[in-house]
Amino acid sequence: MKKKPSGGKDARFRIANREALIGIGLAVFNFIWWFAFAYGLGGKDPSEYTYVFGLPAWFFYSCVAGVVVMAALVFIVVKYFFTDVSFDDEVYEDQ
Amino acid sequence: MNWEAAITLFGSVALIFFIGLMASRKETSGKSFVQDYYLGGRSLGGFVLAMTMTATYGSASSFIGGPGVAYNEGLGWVLLSVTQVATGYFTLMILGKKFAIVTRQYKATTLVDFLKERYRSKLVVLLSAVSIVVFLFSAMAAQWIGGGRLIESLTGLSYTSALFIFVVTVLIYVTFGGFRAVTLTDAIQGSIMFIGTLVLLIAVIIAGGGISEIMADLQAENPNLITPFGSDGTLTAPYVSSYWILVGVGVVALPQIAVRAMSYKNTRSFHLALMIGTIVVGVIMLNMHLIGVFARPILPGIEVGDRVMPLIALEVLPPWLAGVVLAAPLAAIMSTVDSLLLIVSSTIVKDVYINYIKPEASRKKVQRMSMGITALLGILVFLMAVNPPDLIIWLNLFAIGGLEAAFIWPIVMGLYWEKGNKYGAIASMLVGIISYIVFQSFYPEPFGMHAVVTSILLALLAYVGFSLSMRQEPLKH
Repeated sequence: MKKKPSGGKDARFRIANREALIGIGLAVFNFIWWFAFAYGLGGKDPSEYTYVFGLPAWFFYSCVAGVVVMAALVFIVVKYFFTDVSFDDEVYEDQ
Repeated sequence: MNWEAAITLFGSVALIFFIGLMASRKETSGKSFVQDYYLGGRSLGGFVLAMTMTATYGSASSFIGGPGVAYNEGLGWVLLSVTQVATGYFTLMILGKKFAIVTRQYKATTLVDFLKERYRSKLVVLLSAVSIVVFLFSAMAAQWIGGGRLIESLTGLSYTSALFIFVVTVLIYVTFGGFRAVTLTDAIQGSIMFIGTLVLLIAVIIAGGGISEIMADLQAENPNLITPFGSDGTLTAPYVSSYWILVGVGVVALPQIAVRAMSYKNTRSFHLALMIGTIVVGVIMLNMHLIGVFARPILPGIEVGDRVMPLIALEVLPPWLAGVVLAAPLAAIMSTVDSLLLIVSSTIVKDVYINYIKPEASRKKVQRMSMGITALLGILVFLMAVNPPDLIIWLNLFAIGGLEAAFIWPIVMGLYWEKGNKYGAIASMLVGIISYIVFQSFYPEPFGMHAVVTSILLALLAYVGFSLSMRQEPLKH
């Protein structure tokens, strides 16, 4: 049903599948980080909050630090674990 | 009316579009009109790709509606909004290389093309076309209204005249420019948004006397504003978490995002886009919604949430700068509308007309049809937006959820699960759409979560169940 290039299973798909799994892993990690800090630290009464840079600690760690951590992780993952593949083997190019 | 702000606002927007049009002029013709107009010839570089994803997704709901809700709900709504950081990397990683390779093999230029080649079923194509037209129409109306509200707040014109100005500008631009012009201006708009939200956030913090001061004011007014639970404690953990599906990972299924995930030049651009996109989306979403919260002690008592952004910008910035900074949300709305218009018109022209009505239509004819349909759609949405609902964000979220329920499994499983077939796809789309609409109407929060979560789970069951039980005979010619 799927048109595969001659030679059976496209090796590029193995790379693509691995990278999609990494994407899921990152999102799961992102969710746990976000949830744990937000509801772990933020569930207390507001009068007991501690503050980081003026923001409630739950918010600082969950949201501000969360964004920074994810940006850094994506950078590392892409730099070291993602592989370049070519799109050029198809007739598409000179249609 | 604030002339100074209005002039810099419209000036910036005009400048952005002028650059986009000039740049797109350079490289027209060649390849097919459809490839060019709807896909920009698959030539997006990394920076442009990241920015166009951000600008398309970061729409009226995040720039006008979102901060308005944050103003009323406090930090809990910012917490909910940062779930969108995931869209910066997740969408591209999941669709990623596989989608780019497969759509090139299929010569697909739209999401519907992909589904058509993958499932070989007329019913799949028609169902997709209908869901795209219906749900994106609602999404577009939401953007139209946002644009109208923004111009209304800034210039003091009536809502209808503001809306009219907005619609005419967008239509001229998108009718002549097509995808390449849209993605190029997206890159400029994305950059303005990024810098603009930073400037505005800093100005708001200064005006509020520093972050600690603002937090103390908020706590004094209502301690719930600085908790994760919303101003009256109704933002529960399951509800907020379900936005991970709605505006986080589910975004994979939005046609306007998916089309961008097949239009990049090579994997280097793709890798660059991942890194830039995550930072840009994260910073913009965080800043934008924080601005909404911080605005509360500075400008208390704003009644229409959608007007918080324009009003706070005029309050804390010199008028000319407010105009430039507000060009960011306005530009975001325009670029979202542009892409939505293109998607809906490509669905009608390419996926339905050329596929099933007149496959042999000439280039000239297709070109005229595309432009005509795009213009006609714009006018229809205008008529819908003349009488707007109160808060645009809900309209937009409704549309996003509907598209996700319809498309997520046919796309994702279609890419990664070979056994998935047309029966699964059809069942999954029907179950997703119908259950979503039924839940939204009668039982909007099953299990305390947004209806989209349950609908997506049901759609998954339908996809797997029907794919396995009704094996498609292999299509070998």
